[in-house]
Amino acid sequence: MTSIETLSTVNWDVAVVGGGNAALCAAMTAAEAGARVVILEGAPKPYRGGNSRHTRNFRCMHKDPLGPLTDSYGEDEYFDDLMLVTKGKTDENLARLAIRTSEACLPWMERHGVRFQASLSGTLSLSRTNAFFLGGGKALVNAYYNTAEDLGISVVYKAQVKHVGVNGGTFESLEVEVAGHPCTVQAKAVVLASGGFQSNVDWLADAWGPAARNFLIRGTPYNKGVVLKDMQDQGAKTVGDPTQCHAVAIDGRAPKFDGGIVTRLDCVPFSIVVNNAAERFYDEGEDVWPKRYAIWGRLVANQPEQVAYAIIDAKSLELFMPSVFPPVKADTIEELAENLGLPPGRLRETVDAFNTSCRDGAFFPTELDGLATEGITPAKTNWARPISEPPFYGYSLRTGVTFTYLGLKVDETARVTGPEGRYENIWAAGEIMAGSILGQGYLAGFGMTIGTVFGRISGEEAARHAV
Amino acid sequence: MPYDATQEARRQIEICNACRYCEGYCSVFPAITRKRVFTDGDITQLANLCHNCRGCYYACQYIEPHEFDLNIPAVLAEVRTLSWEKFVWPGVFARLFQRNGTIVMLMMVVAFGALFAMRASDDSGRFYDVMSHNVMVAIFAPLFVLPLMTVFIGLRQYWQHIEGAPVRMSHMLRAAGMAAHMKDLSGGQGQGCNFEIGDRYSNARKWAHHAVMYGFFLCFAATAVATLMHYVLDMPAPYGWTSLPKLLGVPGGVLLTTGAAAMAFLKTRAERNLGAHNTWGGEMAFILLLLIVAATGLVLAVAAGTAWVPVLLALHLGAVLTFFVLSPYTKMVHGFFRLAALVRDAQTKDHKE
Ligand SMILES: Cc1cc2nc3c(=O)[nH]c(=O)nc-3n(C[C@H](O)[C@H](O)[C@H](O)COP(=O)(O)OP(=O)(O)OC[C@H]3O[C@@H](n4cnc5c(N)ncnc54)[C@H](O)[C@@H]3O)c2cc1C
Ligand code: SF4
Ligand code: SF4
Repeated sequence: MTSIETLSTVNWDVAVVGGGNAALCAAMTAAEAGARVVILEGAPKPYRGGNSRHTRNFRCMHKDPLGPLTDSYGEDEYFDDLMLVTKGKTDENLARLAIRTSEACLPWMERHGVRFQASLSGTLSLSRTNAFFLGGGKALVNAYYNTAEDLGISVVYKAQVKHVGVNGGTFESLEVEVAGHPCTVQAKAVVLASGGFQSNVDWLADAWGPAARNFLIRGTPYNKGVVLKDMQDQGAKTVGDPTQCHAVAIDGRAPKFDGGIVTRLDCVPFSIVVNNAAERFYDEGEDVWPKRYAIWGRLVANQPEQVAYAIIDAKSLELFMPSVFPPVKADTIEELAENLGLPPGRLRETVDAFNTSCRDGAFFPTELDGLATEGITPAKTNWARPISEPPFYGYSLRTGVTFTYLGLKVDETARVTGPEGRYENIWAAGEIMAGSILGQGYLAGFGMTIGTVFGRISGEEAARHAV
Repeated sequence: MPYDATQEARRQIEICNACRYCEGYCSVFPAITRKRVFTDGDITQLANLCHNCRGCYYACQYIEPHEFDLNIPAVLAEVRTLSWEKFVWPGVFARLFQRNGTIVMLMMVVAFGALFAMRASDDSGRFYDVMSHNVMVAIFAPLFVLPLMTVFIGLRQYWQHIEGAPVRMSHMLRAAGMAAHMKDLSGGQGQGCNFEIGDRYSNARKWAHHAVMYGFFLCFAATAVATLMHYVLDMPAPYGWTSLPKLLGVPGGVLLTTGAAAMAFLKTRAERNLGAHNTWGGEMAFILLLLIVAATGLVLAVAAGTAWVPVLLALHLGAVLTFFVLSPYTKMVHGFFRLAALVRDAQTKDHKE
């Protein structure tokens, strides 16, 4: 590993801030263009790779079957899918650039050590649009670190960048703390790829209000937005709304940080969801779960103490992916309420009211079956079957933040915009600039696409500047 | 609550079942996704299916210091070893040899070596002058058959524990195919396992294991053919270099020797905390025992007719005898249980399809 001594004496061509997908793509591209590159990863080695290590796939345009991807997925369809989820809050120019370039990313990723596999069991619906990484994002991150090592890139772990020194529109040096020891890193160009600010709970609380302190953070505790804030303070242009974050409802027992994919709960469509007063508050069967899971983060966030409880009965237990922790189980609704800490009498009433509003009809767990309640508010418009068959099961739900939208403003060369136009030698890639492309909503697999596309562009541009 | 390896494996496997990122590496993860609730039998079966390729450790976002603290290769290795101790009678032997094999085995080799050396009354350098063939067979046959019976009784118990179904030929063939290619040690796409160079892939262990396995089969075939020649065709040893026993035995011995040496070397390179933590010594002793068996056999073939034969023969036979007698209680059993697990896996796949 590179010592602090080397780190602060070498005049690097390109310094890359962060150690996730975007950072690695930038670093490898710059090194291949002949640049002397250092990666400054704030996390210790076991946690290297930020949120990228929690991912499983990336969304990839393709005209013909490509690698693990079936059929075709054209630019316009991809773009339409994106517009649908972002409700138009999309920079068309940058989005189309990302989409078009994604096709060439897949073979590039393979050349840099990533292996792909057929879509995972339970995700067949993504086999045309999303290419899955063998072993998931951590395996991808490992492959990239190995390739980076082979390319002669220096990597420093526990290297927290505190300040980006800019003088008259030109980047000069970085103030870094390596395992607590301050040092200055000189480089001719810098790529900022240090993710969003979602693990900075104070910042979230500033933007959201105190409720945000009860949110769980699905990914790495190391993305605190230090660099984003520092750039913002120096007048860098940002895009996106700090109050916007991608939040889903996850298992309430998940760890505060880094619970990752396993804490997701897919039981909502087959359940009734109540708050801590045992009252229902939203249509649990509004749409199929992949289309709805992202709104439940906000729904739960708006309930008292930012917590909710999904209740199912025995006949629904096997209809969704298994949960990471076993559900709370009881033979009666009252006992279940006790175990979950809910008012038993009230839960009984809510369940009874719901059950009497259910009507007969065909139940199809995998499609909108129109099996709706009658005469109850809120209605449940699909999959409404009485909660009647013991044992009964309950899961607590909390808001889990995936990422934030506020980001640095970049152009199509990934160069960051300062108070007086584009900076001379500062580029950004990945989540830290994703706000430039999408302002709300999210399309599964697009985060890694943005990181790969703009990581490669920024690496190339930075190297061109430096070498 | 006292630590229970099966329970710990269950905790980890339930996390995997909510994740499934490792589905592409081996047979274990697809088998996990076919279940929701894991009985002790299921856990034992999964453990015996695992080849300890370690892909799922390096790819896991939940390894320590994460609070989920996943280490699937280690916990499955632990359950696997415990299952052999449980099913192969008497368990106390397995515990003894699996866990601190080195000393015990060296003692065994020396003891048997000495025993045979004492029988060597003349030094003419010819095989069966040193020990009559009949005496040899009289000692070896039961010591070969009895351990094998022990293993098979153990396998039956295993089959009951995991609730295996009656075995069909197609299951056997599928399992044999998987084993013949060491499919589950290939990382799912032929890129290899993560044994000796951390998170980089390598096929070194697969090739070493192939050399050991096929070398062993060749040596076994050579011995079988020689026995037939001796008793049925009345063609006593020694055999020439172009005879069938030699044509099988020499390449077999070379493969086994190099394979075992490579396995031992790789083992010193691999991270210890990704295997069963208390059987490293026993496993290493087993590999070295194989190495001694193969190497002394080869040297013996070359040394035929010299004064070295008595001592070499004693060493070789001592090692062979140790190998057979201890086979139910050393890493040797993994082959039998692994094959059984693959057969069971073929059954459950059938069932699901
Ligand atoms: C559970 C989960 C699952 C996901 N699944 C998918 C998926 O399947 N497909 C997909 O496309 N997207 C997915 N996403 C989103 C995806 O993770 C992100 O879009 C993507 O990883 C962003 O990459 P990045 O390189 O910009 O950031 P990250 O990978 O988060 O990397 C940021 C890096 O910066 C480092 N860092 C932070 N601050 C500093 C500092 N001050 N100094 C030095 N280093 C610093 C961090 O340690 C980290 O290494 C998922 C997210 C989560 C949480
Ligand atoms: S080992 Fe880790 S990454 Fe692999 S399936 Fe299990 S939890 Fe997921
Ligand atoms: S160690 Fe290898 S064989 Fe064992 S479960 Fe993990 S990936 Fe499968």
